[in-house]
Amino acid sequence: MTSEQQYIEFYREASDLIKNKSCGVMNAVRDEAFETFQQLGFPSKKVERYRYTDVDAAFAPNYGISFAPLTVKPSLYIFNIKDAPIDVAPYYHKVADRLDAITALNTALVHDALLVYVPKNTKVADPIVVDNWLRGTAATMMNRRILIVMEQGADATIIINDHAADKQRFLTTQVIEVFCHDNARLDLYEIEETTPLCSRFSNVYIHEGRDCSVKHNSITLFNGQTRNLCDVYLRGENSEVTLNGCAIGSGSQRIDNNTLIRHEVPHCTSSELYKYVVDDKSVGAFAGKILVEKDAQKTESQETNANLCASSEARMFTQPMLEIYADDVKCAHGSTVGVMDEVALFYMRQRGIPEAEARTLLKNAFMGQVIDQIKNEPLRQRLYVKVEKRFRGELDKCDDCRLCK
Amino acid sequence: MLEIKNLHAKVGDKEILKGINLTIGDGEIHALMGTNGAGKSTLSNVIVGNPAYEVTEGSITFNGQNLLTMNTEERAHAGIFMSFQAPIEIPGVSMTNFMRAAVNARRQAQGKEPLKSTDFLKLMREKRKLVEIDQKLMNRSVNEGFSGGERKRNEIFQMAMLEPTFCILDETDSGLDVDALRIVAEGFNKLRTAETAAIVITHYQRLLDYIQPDFVHVLMGGKIVKTGTAALARQIEEQGFDWIKEELA
Amino acid sequence: MTAMSEKNETPENMKEKTEGQGKNEFVRSVAEKKYEFGFTTDVQTEIIEKGLNEDVIRLISDKKGEPAWLLQFRLDAYRYWLTQKQPTWGHVHLPEIDYQAISYYADPTASSKKGPKSVEEIDPELMKTFDKLGIPLEERLALSGTAVDAVMDSVSVKTTFKEKLSEKGIIFCSISEAVKQYPELVRQYLGSVVPPKDNYFAALNSAVFSDGSFVYIPKNTRCPMELSTYFRINARNTGQFERTLIVCDEGSYVSYLEGCTAPMRDENQLHAAIVEIVVMDNAEVKYSTVQNWYPGDSEGRGGVLNLVTKRGDLRGVNSKLSWTQVETGSAITWKYPSCVLRGDNSQAEFYSVAVTNNRQEADTGTKMIHLGKNTRSTIISKGISAGKSQNSYRGLVRVGKNADGARNYSSCDSLLLGSECGAHTFPYMDIHNNTATVEHEATTSKINEDQLFYCNQRGISTEEAVGLIVNGYAKDVLNKLPMEFAVEAQKLLSVSLEGTVG
Repeated sequence: MTSEQQYIEFYREASDLIKNKSCGVMNAVRDEAFETFQQLGFPSKKVERYRYTDVDAAFAPNYGISFAPLTVKPSLYIFNIKDAPIDVAPYYHKVADRLDAITALNTALVHDALLVYVPKNTKVADPIVVDNWLRGTAATMMNRRILIVMEQGADATIIINDHAADKQRFLTTQVIEVFCHDNARLDLYEIEETTPLCSRFSNVYIHEGRDCSVKHNSITLFNGQTRNLCDVYLRGENSEVTLNGCAIGSGSQRIDNNTLIRHEVPHCTSSELYKYVVDDKSVGAFAGKILVEKDAQKTESQETNANLCASSEARMFTQPMLEIYADDVKCAHGSTVGVMDEVALFYMRQRGIPEAEARTLLKNAFMGQVIDQIKNEPLRQRLYVKVEKRFRGELDKCDDCRLCK
Repeated sequence: MLEIKNLHAKVGDKEILKGINLTIGDGEIHALMGTNGAGKSTLSNVIVGNPAYEVTEGSITFNGQNLLTMNTEERAHAGIFMSFQAPIEIPGVSMTNFMRAAVNARRQAQGKEPLKSTDFLKLMREKRKLVEIDQKLMNRSVNEGFSGGERKRNEIFQMAMLEPTFCILDETDSGLDVDALRIVAEGFNKLRTAETAAIVITHYQRLLDYIQPDFVHVLMGGKIVKTGTAALARQIEEQGFDWIKEELA
Repeated sequence: MTAMSEKNETPENMKEKTEGQGKNEFVRSVAEKKYEFGFTTDVQTEIIEKGLNEDVIRLISDKKGEPAWLLQFRLDAYRYWLTQKQPTWGHVHLPEIDYQAISYYADPTASSKKGPKSVEEIDPELMKTFDKLGIPLEERLALSGTAVDAVMDSVSVKTTFKEKLSEKGIIFCSISEAVKQYPELVRQYLGSVVPPKDNYFAALNSAVFSDGSFVYIPKNTRCPMELSTYFRINARNTGQFERTLIVCDEGSYVSYLEGCTAPMRDENQLHAAIVEIVVMDNAEVKYSTVQNWYPGDSEGRGGVLNLVTKRGDLRGVNSKLSWTQVETGSAITWKYPSCVLRGDNSQAEFYSVAVTNNRQEADTGTKMIHLGKNTRSTIISKGISAGKSQNSYRGLVRVGKNADGARNYSSCDSLLLGSECGAHTFPYMDIHNNTATVEHEATTSKINEDQLFYCNQRGISTEEAVGLIVNGYAKDVLNKLPMEFAVEAQKLLSVSLEGTVG
């Protein structure tokens, strides 16, 4: 039996149950998504965007599928989609790529969804924090769905933390859809700090209208196998997007980030900075494409991917791509895979700094360039500390979530 | 303090030092002169333990300790400091964090507690004044965006922080104008104690006007071919190295 | 056309741009002279029946008087090819190719040898092209009338060449001839760099290859002259499947030039070549190509489908290989001259200028496979897109587990002329060793309007200015070409982009 077969059979048996636990807007697209998944199956490594992750193997084990209800603390801006204060039908499963197998599977199986809704011209001062805790007594699959609607002129910072509370095998699929109406501003942080037993498949889709500004930060501090996809659609003029990422691998961890920024209209700006440090036998992969459509003149785009291989058995795959159909553009990308600067190491050692410490300082400095760009001050400070702890090997579990303590 | 015997060293496959003998006593200043490629920088890199250089023969002892079995940082902890000819930029590592790591590593090696943050910052402030280095440079990454003069001054500042007993000034005068040269040299002189010994590598007399050498050595083809007093440096300044070559021939 | 002097080599590569039927005659006459002197093909006479089956392969092999092992090589490749499907990857729209509608063996010397007799008879369009190329009138006459002198010139060059070469033990001949005269050498190396099962088109080529060049440079020999081959597709409905094999033995050096043109046709012509290069210890090979196959008309009708596998195997320590290509022709180009850096300290370079205009599609780049220690590779790619064309760079840098100290630097720039074309960059870096340093940079921008304006203000027309600027942009690559080719390539760039701005 191929891996997808068990999900197909499960759905056939359980679709009524799922629909009962879910709501109209989610059920409306469920069967269609299932059909899509059934047709596509799991992508093989021959599918360009999945060439660095063995999806089939990740989904092969027999997981119990969690249908625990989503608990939402009462808040001004966070809702269970069932209690949505707005009509979410124009948003739900609208910007997501309907032809992506993982998204299709998520849409078929997910029973509950979180809505972050920031009304027109509302500036949310404090960050909205979403904590995901993976809990379970057996190998468990979680399907998570988040819808973020930023109305005109809305302004917010959202931090999504992923923790694993139990030493258990977890498989997560996640689909986040973000709609930024004109003049909205969003800082979205995703911080993964799970365990080597966790597999994560996350697909983020972002729609931007006019004069928007979106920053997405994907930070993989500790994990098992992670595959993050982020697609951005720039659909209104004068908008900007920043995609930053920081990935630290050790042991036999795998981190695969795959991004697409699609410039559909003129006068938009995009910038991207992803950095990896891969140690031990870990594997890092980065593929980022900037696509500039025919009419998207005056596009400016800069993509940078820098990687440090810290051990002889670590692997790094990188693929920065430009696909450009407009002529009046300034686009550049750069990618490096390198070793630690031996001259800098020597300089530090001459000053009496032990070699291991000097290496940690250099790795920290290397990652610091991504963390430096984080606007939220408390988060930035917290991440400086966490990244340093990570490099010192002091972060082998999620150390500050309440459940672990 | 430092005793070098029959030192041979190579970089890659190329032998650069071909039998150096040099003894430096407490408080002595030794100037090292010679044409480019004579082996001056190799000698200083070998003393401080740059892993890019391989010692093939000979010995170096420092206050009775065998330096060649010590790694770079252990030598630094023993009190050896090099002012680099071209100090490297280390983006992302702030001067403050860098110095804290260096000072505390040395303290640890000496069996002392790490400095408290307030004490450390106070120490930074004092030493900064001593060598007249701008506070704004301290907020930057190590040497990043520093001018040539600022880098050299930063080297002397680090020397002040680490209080070495043996210093190597590797072409500290290169790229400095007269005023910057004076400030750096005076900084060095202020920091010297009666014990501090140094090797000063230079092409020019002018640095030696500020830092008076007790001995002047001429390095050629990987060997010390002539040793004299300050007068030798002045003679080289006037006549170059050719006369020494002729003498040898 | 080989070892061409500056003045007479260019028209061949240029004429397709403008010529009509009459000029085809002319082209043919020049080309035939070449063939007559045995540069690329044996002197045979007919085109064999269209279609592909084992009998056709046996017929080709038989006509060429090949030994049994080579026939078996072909048949094995053919049987493998039958099991495969035409690949669909790459940023190009490859049409369904009817492999049964192609003739797999054609001999150009069968065509007519008529040609214009005087300057007046040459098409005025062609004259304009010549003007652009700066070819003086007398030479046009010489070239067009009987082309005897000019062609004789290059032949005599080659003759001297041959003597000099044989003195040094260098073998430079057609691969058919090599099969007959040096069967052991050919058998040892043929298919050793690009195995017949490497890819769909490599399998096809291995089954039906018609001719091509063979070069062997013996140990410790510096080839005294640049070796050159000139390929064309003449006949209608034929495919060209040339096969080049270059072996550079220990401590030797050779520079090899390859020129390609095809006359205007309104249907696609298939070109699926293989180039294999073997570089032994301390040897160095430079391979330069100026590719100007017929690109199709402005509506995208016709043009050559250029589906080529080129690969060099740097087997020896300290070996060097450099690919330089200027790609201006073909409707579709699908080509990745690659280097396998097997020997320790081996060094590979790839320099490319690819120009696409009208409806052309190019998907080209390189693969640098680092296997040996301290291996170095450099990739410099300049893409220029105009009209409604699509121009992609696709490259792979792989550093294997044991390739300690490997280094790669890649720089891929794209220039866009016009708002309907596309420029794409698809680099892949697979790093399996932590002592490797790999850097990739790419930029995409449009032609600098300030530069254009500056040129205009100095009285230079926009068209000419574009030519100047594009040549400046491509200079890093053009500088790597041998002199004769560099001049030709520069002119080609300007002509290929004619009418793209303003």
